[in-house]
Amino acid sequence: MRKVGLVGWALAAPALVVIGVFFALPVAAGLLLSLTDFDLYALADLSTLRFVGLGNYAHLLQTPLFWQALGNTFYFVAVGVPVSIGLSLGTALLLNARVAKWHGFFRTALFAPVVTTVVAVAVIWRYLLHTRYGLINQALDGIGIAPVDWLGDPRWSMPAIILFSAWKNFGYNMIILLAALQAVPREMYESARVDGAGPWRQFVDLTVPMLAPTLVMVGIMTISGYFQLFAEPYVMTQGGPLRSTVSVLYFMYEEGFRWWNLGNASAVAFLLFVVIFAVSWVLLRFDRDPGGAA
Amino acid sequence: MNPRLSVWIVNGLLAGLAAVSLFPLLWMVSVSLMPAGASSVLPVPIAPPSITLANYRQLFGSIGMGRYFLNSLGIALLGTVISVAFNVMAGYAFAKLNFRGRDAIFKTLLGALVIPGQVAMLPLFLMLKPLGLINTYGGAIVPLMASVFGIFLVRQFARGIPDDLLEAARIDGASEWRIFLTIVVPVLTPVLATLAIFSFLGAWNDFMWPLIVLTDDARHTLPVALAGLSREHVQDNELMMAGSVVTVLPVLVLFLVLQRHYMAGLMAGSVKG
Repeated sequence: MRKVGLVGWALAAPALVVIGVFFALPVAAGLLLSLTDFDLYALADLSTLRFVGLGNYAHLLQTPLFWQALGNTFYFVAVGVPVSIGLSLGTALLLNARVAKWHGFFRTALFAPVVTTVVAVAVIWRYLLHTRYGLINQALDGIGIAPVDWLGDPRWSMPAIILFSAWKNFGYNMIILLAALQAVPREMYESARVDGAGPWRQFVDLTVPMLAPTLVMVGIMTISGYFQLFAEPYVMTQGGPLRSTVSVLYFMYEEGFRWWNLGNASAVAFLLFVVIFAVSWVLLRFDRDPGGAA
Repeated sequence: MNPRLSVWIVNGLLAGLAAVSLFPLLWMVSVSLMPAGASSVLPVPIAPPSITLANYRQLFGSIGMGRYFLNSLGIALLGTVISVAFNVMAGYAFAKLNFRGRDAIFKTLLGALVIPGQVAMLPLFLMLKPLGLINTYGGAIVPLMASVFGIFLVRQFARGIPDDLLEAARIDGASEWRIFLTIVVPVLTPVLATLAIFSFLGAWNDFMWPLIVLTDDARHTLPVALAGLSREHVQDNELMMAGSVVTVLPVLVLFLVLQRHYMAGLMAGSVKG
């Protein structure tokens, strides 16, 4: 038995060392880093480094651009997550319908955007959203809608990124929700029908409760992912126009790797972590509290 | 509802959504074959007026896309091989070998999943600097070499290996290493494929860490190079579409070939708890 234990350690060690040295250690170091004024001067000469306590956090909370980045990110999450999951649920219901044909083809086609490279498809969408030569405006023109300056108007830049993200990501949750739908026994629908429940009542009284745990899990995963918005604004808008698409991570990247304020940027990363954690925690409580889930 | 009508509505909606999903990708291929400037006319053409490979020639010629392609391929392949090896060893150990502190460590690993990876990126950059790993393939690969998700996935599968099978081999005098290689690894082959495709796609599509760590143009991966090029060549629609094809096509083909294994991993990873 002792030998088996030793072998167990030996087999687990490489992965644990990698995760320990290249993830756990940097996370701990990042917490310390966020309490210092690490900047370009410290990068050249470590002796200029000073401990500033919670100074970076206090400073951030007084930085208008940080609040704007946080606001933009919340906008993206609050609108983008329901739109994405709504689309996932809708397509999963369609695929699960008994009358649906070419099941395999539709599933693969709808899932394809998920495996593509964000940067590459963001480049495509930048042209699709072009004010003059974009096919989206051309299609809108066909039904009599005036051209929209999608990526150049601060009112439309975030909706455009949300549209793109929904297209890119909905297939992932669609597959998970489809599996949850297929796990609901057909007989339950049969007996509901015998009891006189129409399609809408079946959906509300049977499908939704059966899907609830999966929806909460999918919701938490998607929210956490959407809070980490970065590549989309980096490629499509470079944070603009008028900083309307600067996300928290975009702000962190600029703070850290453009201005080399690494202490400050670390504080941004930890604040983002706290926000994601808090939102997930609230959602989990909502799931477990039977009074909360109506 | 009329059943004939519902067949039409359901399949019509699915066809419409599938068209929306695929259209940008098909249009990308179409524009990449157009001569320079051909896509910026009204009405915007869907199919190329004449087919040319000039954009691809320019990409692999003066722009040096071949270099970025090899960078991406090398980093993704090496990262995949190392992470599959490390994750399979660890996943099996967590499932079947009762070592000290095993359950506590595993719980800690699962807990660490809530920490977004970007929290580690800035300090990791500072740590890799004195090690000389900034702007190297090693620096790009380091965070890919093991993952909690991978360990979790292997552990789920490895728990299904019957203990009697392992015990019988031990009684026959096989060494633990031999048992791992000749009994465990063959049983885990399907999960190895799943893990490999997940790791490869993740590494290939990764953007933020390579952007940070690969500071020199010659070391850039495809997504990093493409993001830079798209800022320089804003007007060169056709050229950029060719660049997107080169970046996206390998992962799309890989996905289509190994779809079954990919979906298996997606389902296993989404199991609650």
